[in-house]
Amino acid sequence: MAETPQEAVQLKGIPQETFQALQERFPEAVQPARYEGALVPAEKIVEVVRFLRDELGYIFLSNLTATDYLDVKGVEPHIDVVYHLFRMQGGYAALHVEIPREIGKAHLPSVTSLFPSAMLQEREVYDMFGVKFDGHPDLRRLLMWEGFDGYPLRKDWKEVYYEGETKPYRSRYPKGGHPIYAEELSPLKDNIRYPEGWSPQAWDYDEADRLLYERMLSAHRDPDKPLKTDEMIINFGPHHPSTHGVFRMAVRLDGETVRHLEPVFGYLHRNHEKIGERNTWIQNIPFTDRLDYINGMTNNWAYIVALEKLLGWEVPERAEYIRVIVGEFSRIVNHMLAAGFFSNELGLYFTGSLYALEEREHILDLFEALSGARMMFNYMRPGGVRYDLPEGWLEKAKALAYERIPRKVEQMAHFLLDNDVVKARTMGVGVLPPDVAIASGITGPVLRASGVAYDIRRAEPYSLYDQLDFDVAVRTHGDAYDRLAIRFDEIWQSLRILRQVLENIPEGPIVAKKPSHRLKVPAGETYGRIEAPKGELGFYLVSLGKFNPYRYHIRSTSLLNLTALSDMTRGLKVADIVTVLGSIDLTMGEVDR
Amino acid sequence: MRDVENLPEIPPELQGTVKLTTFDQLFAWARKRSLWPMLFGLACCAFEMIAAAASRYDIARFGMEIMRPSPRQADLLIVSGTVTKKMAPQVVRLYNQMPEPKYVIAMGACAISGGPFKEGYAVVSGVDKLLPVDVYIPGCPPRPEALIHAFLALHARFEHERIRDIKAYQKGVDDGVPIPALGPDLVDWRRFEPLMEAAGEKEAVHG
Repeated sequence: MAETPQEAVQLKGIPQETFQALQERFPEAVQPARYEGALVPAEKIVEVVRFLRDELGYIFLSNLTATDYLDVKGVEPHIDVVYHLFRMQGGYAALHVEIPREIGKAHLPSVTSLFPSAMLQEREVYDMFGVKFDGHPDLRRLLMWEGFDGYPLRKDWKEVYYEGETKPYRSRYPKGGHPIYAEELSPLKDNIRYPEGWSPQAWDYDEADRLLYERMLSAHRDPDKPLKTDEMIINFGPHHPSTHGVFRMAVRLDGETVRHLEPVFGYLHRNHEKIGERNTWIQNIPFTDRLDYINGMTNNWAYIVALEKLLGWEVPERAEYIRVIVGEFSRIVNHMLAAGFFSNELGLYFTGSLYALEEREHILDLFEALSGARMMFNYMRPGGVRYDLPEGWLEKAKALAYERIPRKVEQMAHFLLDNDVVKARTMGVGVLPPDVAIASGITGPVLRASGVAYDIRRAEPYSLYDQLDFDVAVRTHGDAYDRLAIRFDEIWQSLRILRQVLENIPEGPIVAKKPSHRLKVPAGETYGRIEAPKGELGFYLVSLGKFNPYRYHIRSTSLLNLTALSDMTRGLKVADIVTVLGSIDLTMGEVDR
Repeated sequence: MRDVENLPEIPPELQGTVKLTTFDQLFAWARKRSLWPMLFGLACCAFEMIAAAASRYDIARFGMEIMRPSPRQADLLIVSGTVTKKMAPQVVRLYNQMPEPKYVIAMGACAISGGPFKEGYAVVSGVDKLLPVDVYIPGCPPRPEALIHAFLALHARFEHERIRDIKAYQKGVDDGVPIPALGPDLVDWRRFEPLMEAAGEKEAVHG
């Protein structure tokens, strides 16, 4: 553990005036935290968050997660729960709460009464760390099932195929030569482990879903219903053609009307965060590709932005231009696919998607020429990008961005937006009011379709976006139609950005420093974020000054955008559920991580 | 193949009108041109599967453009992505619901072995731990061409398949793969042979 001078800490992770205001209001309670932000005692956290929200304008609880500090030199073992609150214009305030590690003692008050966006995130912390949130209305496991043995992100919890704390493992590097089959590491020769003395006969297998169904039966009951009717619960998914992958919704229906909807997550939980803590800093880049697998480029970018904040590296101008180019192309792909699959959800089967997939192929050709892969690019590096533009690439990109894509987008927008059936199915359906959207942590096109002009490219510009000329697309109705239409608005803005960067890209180096596979990152922590096509994609990284991250948390856009799904669908008909879900646009790889 | 060579010769006046073949051959020919893949996307690979069905790669050329979301209407399960422990019971259940003869393609590294996420605590180390797999396609994700190659490999297999060897046409009842359950970890009933009866009871509970 590196020394953490108090003066330096005060300036990081929280604006000076915010910290002073906090200390004036809570003189004994608020201290500078270990690396970033302010340290708040558990019993004061709700008051502090309310003060920040109501009086200092931090109306957006973007990220809530925890870190398990165990065996860190000079630090008492504890769990550190961290909150990242944002103002609409620039800068965040990080709050830390330190609580004991022991299961049972590890609990703190929930902030869900102030911020519904904490609903899913607190459930995730409970799932992964065993931290209880007092006052949370629905504290169930989020990604694993009820009854799963252990809390995986605790540092003393080892996975079945555990080989070592950090990579590269001794069996492979530097000596290597002895490939170890992961199965050999497990007594049962498989990725399975049961607690000692566990009896498969005595176990209650219904436990996995019991809490869910209890919640389904009790939530949003109307005891004064004039006509007594029987309600039924049906399960939508996890295998369903309209759920964008393996997403499950338990729905309680009264006839055809939705009374309550409960999303069930974790069917694609691939343990990014546990694996990410074992990986070296560079090894995590290809894993980010697999989060939101439509937008590998922007996932790379978000991680790199966070990493560069920790490293303090400058990026050459040409690399920034290349990043903006691939990022905006990625946004076009995503929005076209979102519109295409949305039309699929409305019952157009595959037709709309075919228009989008055709353009996707052309853009993927560009990405493939650049990185060598169609989907998993592994393209960005701290301080730059991996490869320079190949010969003739710019010409091809210009031909696409200036001629082909505008023509096709116009055609597709006409087919969908001027279509009476689409209008009838989407207008006024799934309305999301702006205040609910902000409190629920919703970002990206979904938030902007509700009339909130919040775009990180403008609110907190990174890369070149402060020099570029573009507008933040906003629509005001907040219904499914506006969420569809705003995607086309944003494609036009992306094309506008592309026109500027493709013309002005300078010559020069593409990477700041000689790339090294053993990258050492200074001790500290940071939260870095970008405006990914679906919204705010953030990475919370904690470094102890070693070759591996100590904590690697992904603030998933798609997951947070689903916070309000239950409220948006209440009272609608069954067929409108997929309309609302399709208009939100999610990728399960990112939802479940 | 040998059967085809032993077919009687067609008289000259009937050549061009009559063609003789074996039933196995006829069956293979018909099935080759009418595979029904299930619309079943798990993860990243699903997008390459969709791309394979879209205009550039167009698997309709191989007689399979319609993907059915219902397992009852499909005979080819493309496991396109990571199978997690939470998803494993559903994957097996879908497989059991498909009519025979049925085939499984393990698409991509995750479906083959767990891939980049193998070390993860919630990932099944390859779908072949649960189901019999016919074709494996490596890649992360495999390109659409690779998926088409898998279809061609399956077609080549049909050529050599004899109806009497297909399990579904033999005597006896096939109960399918026992559906795993979620305990403190994934519970594969085949590990607990004496408990198979209990598995049957569980199945009745879960439907």
